[in-house]
Amino acid sequence: MSNNTSKKIRVMIAKPGLDGHDRGAKVVARGLKDAGMEVIYLGLRLTPEQIAEAAVQEDVDAVGLSCLSNAHMTLFPKVAELIREKTNKDILIFGGGIIPKKDVPKLKEAGIARIFGPATPISEISKFLETSLPGGKK
Amino acid sequence: MAKEKPERKEEFRTTVGGTIVKGVYTAADLDQSKRDTSLPGEYPFTRHIMPTGYRSRLWTMRQYAGFATVEETNRRYKYLYEQGTTGFSVAFHLPTQEGYDSDHPLSCGEVGKCGVAIDSLQDMEELWDGIPLAEVSTSMTINATAPILLAMYIAAAEKQGADRSKLRGTVQNDILKEYIARNTYIFGPAPSMRLVTDVCSYCAQNMPQWNSISISGYHIREAGSTAIQEAAFTIANGIAYVQAMLDKGMEVDSFAPRFSFFFAAYTNILEEVAKFRALRRIWAKIMKERFGAQDPRSLLLRYHVQTDGFTLTEQQPLNNIVRVAVQALAATLGGCQSLHTNSFDEALALPTEQAVQVALRTQQIIAYEAGIADTVDPLGGSYYVEHLTDIIEEEALKYIKKIDEMGGALEAIKQGYIQREIAGAAYNYQRAADSGEQVIVGVNKFTTGEEVAPRLLEVDETVEKRQVERLKRLKQERDNKKVNEIVDRVRQVARADENIMPVLVEAVKVYATVGEISDALRDVFGEYREPSIL
Repeated sequence: MSNNTSKKIRVMIAKPGLDGHDRGAKVVARGLKDAGMEVIYLGLRLTPEQIAEAAVQEDVDAVGLSCLSNAHMTLFPKVAELIREKTNKDILIFGGGIIPKKDVPKLKEAGIARIFGPATPISEISKFLETSLPGGKK
Repeated sequence: MAKEKPERKEEFRTTVGGTIVKGVYTAADLDQSKRDTSLPGEYPFTRHIMPTGYRSRLWTMRQYAGFATVEETNRRYKYLYEQGTTGFSVAFHLPTQEGYDSDHPLSCGEVGKCGVAIDSLQDMEELWDGIPLAEVSTSMTINATAPILLAMYIAAAEKQGADRSKLRGTVQNDILKEYIARNTYIFGPAPSMRLVTDVCSYCAQNMPQWNSISISGYHIREAGSTAIQEAAFTIANGIAYVQAMLDKGMEVDSFAPRFSFFFAAYTNILEEVAKFRALRRIWAKIMKERFGAQDPRSLLLRYHVQTDGFTLTEQQPLNNIVRVAVQALAATLGGCQSLHTNSFDEALALPTEQAVQVALRTQQIIAYEAGIADTVDPLGGSYYVEHLTDIIEEEALKYIKKIDEMGGALEAIKQGYIQREIAGAAYNYQRAADSGEQVIVGVNKFTTGEEVAPRLLEVDETVEKRQVERLKRLKQERDNKKVNEIVDRVRQVARADENIMPVLVEAVKVYATVGEISDALRDVFGEYREPSIL
């Protein structure tokens, strides 16, 4: 029996670490909201622990991380690791900011599914979430 | 008459959300009743703050730099100076900016990454090894912890034998834009304004050649505002700072001559030039009419410019050389006193030596080969530029009036008004970029396939290890009893109505760290968490 009401995708956007550049994170949050998703904007100056805990508490489908201070190799994998420790739910993790291409494979290994660089159109991110998440529009 | 051709667009605007641009401007577009015919160096200084502009003195070529530890940064500073920069500009890593030492849990992964790691006076001394602070001009991009780092700079200079009253430079010290756009605040608005004004009054009384604040629009623009908003919100913040100093009991002419500003230079040359001209006029009028400044130096909008980082693309990075050249032209045609040009690889990482050399050469080519530095305000008299100057002034004043009616910048920030305006403008820009309405060359038009990234500067993880070790050794070698006593006194002074600077200079001299001093201030002021406004 198919369920015709498609549940809204729940995304959390957060900035781990000390980086204060939040233009991208805010624009992505608003764009995903306009694309029909439920967005929780957690804010900035957060520890990986705070983000992972909130993601699990809020029962999100995906977490988007932003970092422009070159601390992503420490912070992003830590968030992924903590989420895995706290829940069996397969929460999709993606990221953006100033992230050299050469770091992307290692981030993927650590559980960050996609990195969106500067000037990525919002539609690319929303499409990615819709096609990657179960229950999202295909 | 020649036949008119259909135009490329329905409507032309200067930038996304910017001013409408007509096909042609004539004398009829200038309001003759309000005609500003002032010369450079004449009130209201629309054309330039000084009569001879760059004919007497070129803008300071001041490249913002800092990464890893003081050794690497000291080397980069010496390289830049050899290549022709005429001023220094310190980029501190985030822990220093936000009051954490390199061994703090929150510093993990951040040490030395987007600026130089400075934990104590020991680092500050070594940063300037071989560079005589008595002879140079240094700008420090530091805000929440500005009092601490200024104290360290003074102490380092005095150790070199310099006289603090002769030091030349700037501290950014602009906390309002942190709440609005940059987000490296620590404490709440009231204690932060106390620290800002403590720095300003200390400098007014002890360091006559030091710019005690750099009231910034750059970050506001980077966060997504329009040119008009950048101008308006910066001036509104400036008004708040002047008022705060007056409330502290200072005479306006005792500090205003050393207030300075910092703006972005975007790629639309003519809008930027008009913006700078409007800004000079707006500030001069406010200082004279609103604050009654008598000293002519109090009326001058003296400013540093950085070419706009947001416009740099990851795709086809060499295009950024052109963008920066155009933006640097905008800055210098606009009459800035100091300029930083971004490097072409900065959408990817901190700049390599090769990339920063090109950025510096950009300024030098403009200065020595382009001819625009040989006459003051060369675009003055252009119907378009004069008209746009008037429009930007008019529109900016509307915002300033609105903010005044709300109770001033601090109140407007508390209510989230400024942040909302910026977020809205940023979102409009994103939509225009996504739809292709705003062409970004190499990104949404004229794209090429996957490219090989240029060789990038890397700050590896051993930097953190080295810095933490260094800090550990320092804490073992210094007189910890003295440190504890003085950190206690920092708390006392913070609680009292005294200027914080003297005790901070004492504290840094016994090698109290950025984190220790900041924590003492946190004990008194608490930490601030700003609500997010999308």
